[in-house]
Amino acid sequence: MKATATLGKVSNFLGLGFFLTLKDLFTGKLQKEELKNFLRKTIVPLASILLFFGLWHLGAKSLYNIEADFKIEKALKDQGQTAAEALKACMASGDSSCQPNTLPSPSQVWSSFQSLLRDHNIISADKAAFAEKTAALNETRISEGKDAIVYTGRPSFVDQIYRSLQTVFAGFLLALFIAVPLGIFIGLSPTLKSAFNWFIQIFKPVSPVVWYLLVFMIVKTLLIGSADDSSFTISFISVGLCSMWATLVNTTMGVSSVDKDYVNVAKVLKLGTFQKIFKVILPSSLPLIFTGLKITLSVAWMVLIAIELLAQSPGLGLFVWEEFQNGANDSNAKIIVAMFVIGIIGFLLDRLMLTIQNWVSFDKTDAI
Amino acid sequence: MAYLELNNICKNYHQADGETEVLSNINLQIEEGEFVAIVGFTGSGKTTLVNLINGLEKPTSGEVLFKGEPVLGTSHERGVIFQNYSLLPWLTVEQNVLMAVKEAFPKREKSVWKRKAAHYIDMVSLTPAIHKLPKELSGGMRQRVAVARALAMKPDMIIMDEPLGALDALTRGNLQDQILSIWEKDKRTALLITNDVDEGIYMADRIIPLRPGPNATLGPEFKIDLERPRNKTEMNDNPNFKKTRNAIIEYLMDIGDERKSESKEEFVLPELTPKDFVK
Repeated sequence: MKATATLGKVSNFLGLGFFLTLKDLFTGKLQKEELKNFLRKTIVPLASILLFFGLWHLGAKSLYNIEADFKIEKALKDQGQTAAEALKACMASGDSSCQPNTLPSPSQVWSSFQSLLRDHNIISADKAAFAEKTAALNETRISEGKDAIVYTGRPSFVDQIYRSLQTVFAGFLLALFIAVPLGIFIGLSPTLKSAFNWFIQIFKPVSPVVWYLLVFMIVKTLLIGSADDSSFTISFISVGLCSMWATLVNTTMGVSSVDKDYVNVAKVLKLGTFQKIFKVILPSSLPLIFTGLKITLSVAWMVLIAIELLAQSPGLGLFVWEEFQNGANDSNAKIIVAMFVIGIIGFLLDRLMLTIQNWVSFDKTDAI
Repeated sequence: MAYLELNNICKNYHQADGETEVLSNINLQIEEGEFVAIVGFTGSGKTTLVNLINGLEKPTSGEVLFKGEPVLGTSHERGVIFQNYSLLPWLTVEQNVLMAVKEAFPKREKSVWKRKAAHYIDMVSLTPAIHKLPKELSGGMRQRVAVARALAMKPDMIIMDEPLGALDALTRGNLQDQILSIWEKDKRTALLITNDVDEGIYMADRIIPLRPGPNATLGPEFKIDLERPRNKTEMNDNPNFKKTRNAIIEYLMDIGDERKSESKEEFVLPELTPKDFVK
C-alpha cells in the first residue's frame, strides 16, 4: 500500500501520472469514469501520433512523385526515351543512386536512425580497438612526459549528442553563474537597476548569431597562439550569453518584488545582509528564478544548434549542417532524425527543470 | 519619564496628488509594564503608527523615545507581531522562531538556540507542530508562531498590530487569553493595536482611540479599572465594564459621524438625457 502511494507521488511528481492508470488497467481496478479519462489521455494522443505519421507519409510520397516525374521528364527531354526508361527502372528498383532528393518518408527516417546507431557501434568498436592498441604506448609516452595519442576519427551521432549536451550544460552553468548573482544585485539596488536597465533591454533581443560573432572576436584574441580547438569554448560562451537574459530578468524581478512583509520581518529581526539574502530574499524569489532558468535552458538548447553550426563545434548543429552540405541520398532522413532527437532532448531538459523547480520551491502543493 | 514616548509625531506620505498627512500631532506615553490598546477604524493609520514605534519608518516631524533614547531603527528590544503573521513560508515553525532567537542571543551554541526556540514554541503550546511548515498550520496556530517569534527576541516591549484581526471569534478569544497569561508572567510593556473595543477592554490597562485619518490623531484615553485576571463572562455584567465600553463606542461613533458630515465634497451629476435608440 505504501509502495503504491510512493509510486503515485513519484510519477505525479515527474508528470507521468498516466503510468498509474496503466497499472490500474492491468490490475482491473479501473472505474468507468476513469476508463473514459484513460482513453482520452492515451488513445487520443496515440491516434494523433498515427495521424501525424500518416500525413507525413502521404506528403512525402506526393513530394517524391513530383520530384520523380520532373526528373524523368527532364531525362526524356535531354537524353531521350531510353535514358528516361532506364531512370524509371532504376527508381522503381529502389537503387539509392537515382532516388529523387526530397522530404524523406517516416520509414526512411527510421532506417537512417538505425544506420546512425550501427555507425555509432562501429565507431565505438573502432575507438575501443584504438584505445587497446595505444594503451601500452600511451603509458610510456605519459611517463616520458609526452602527450598521449588520442582517437581522432569521425565522431558518431551519439558522440555528437553527448557533445551538444556538454555544450548546453556548460553554457547553462555560465548563464546561471552570471545571471543569478547579477540579478540579485540589480534587484536589490534601484541604483544598479537603472544603471543596468538599458544594458539588459538592448542586449536581450540580440540574435544568437551576433553573440557568436562577438564571442568569437574576443575569444580568438584571448586564446591567440594556443593550439587547442577553441570551438567548444566559443560555442558554450555564446550559448550562455544568449540564454542568460531570461534568468537575469526573472531574478531581478523576483528579488525586487519580495513581499514587503518578509522584508519587514528581516528588518525587525535585524538580519545581516548575508542572512537577509540567503534566508529571506533568495527563498522567496526562487520560484521566479527557476522560471527564468527553465526558459534559459530551453533557449540554450534552441540556440545551440545555430551556434554549433557557426562555430564548427562538433555537435548536433554541426551534424545537421554537414548532412545538408553532404547531400548524400540519406542526408535528408538524417536531418529529420536529428530534428526529432533535438526535440525529444529539449522536452526532457524542460521536464528535468520542472522537476527540480517543484523540488526546491517552497509553495509546492504536493510535497514529497 | 515614560518608557515609550511619542512627542508631536507627524507622518506624511508623498503621493501623486501631493502630500497626505496620515498622522498628525500624536502624543503618547506608555509606562513600564503597562498594557495599552489603541483602538481605531481600519485605514486610520494604525499600521503607520506601529511602524513608527518599531522603527521601520521615520516620522516626518516629532520624535519617538524609547527608554529616553530616540528610535532610529528596528531593535530586538521592541518585538513586533505583524497583522498578517509574516512567517517565512519556506521555514518550519522551529526555523522561524530560531531566526529570532539567534538575533536575541548571538554567539551562542546551536544547542542553546534550539533549546530556547523549543521553550518559546512550548509557551504557545505548538510543540507538536515544531517541524511543520506555516502552510500546514491553521490561522490561529500561525499567529501563535508569530507570538513565539516576537517573544523569542526577548523584547522589553511587545507591539501587536491587529494580531488577531484575521481569526475567528473562538480562536481569537483563546489567543487573547494566551497572550494575556504570557504577559502577566513577566509584565512586559505591551502595545496592542486593534479595531475591536471589547478586545481592548479585556486586555489593556488603558484604551486610546485613534481618530480616523488622514490627519489621524489620538483621542482622550479611557482607563480600564478592572481587576486582573479578568474573566470574560463576568466582565459582561460588570457595570464598570459596560460604562467604559459604552463611552468608548459612543466616542468612536461620534467621530465616525463627524467624519461623514465633514465631507463637504459635492458631486455634480452630469446632465445627461438617455439616448433614444429606438427610432
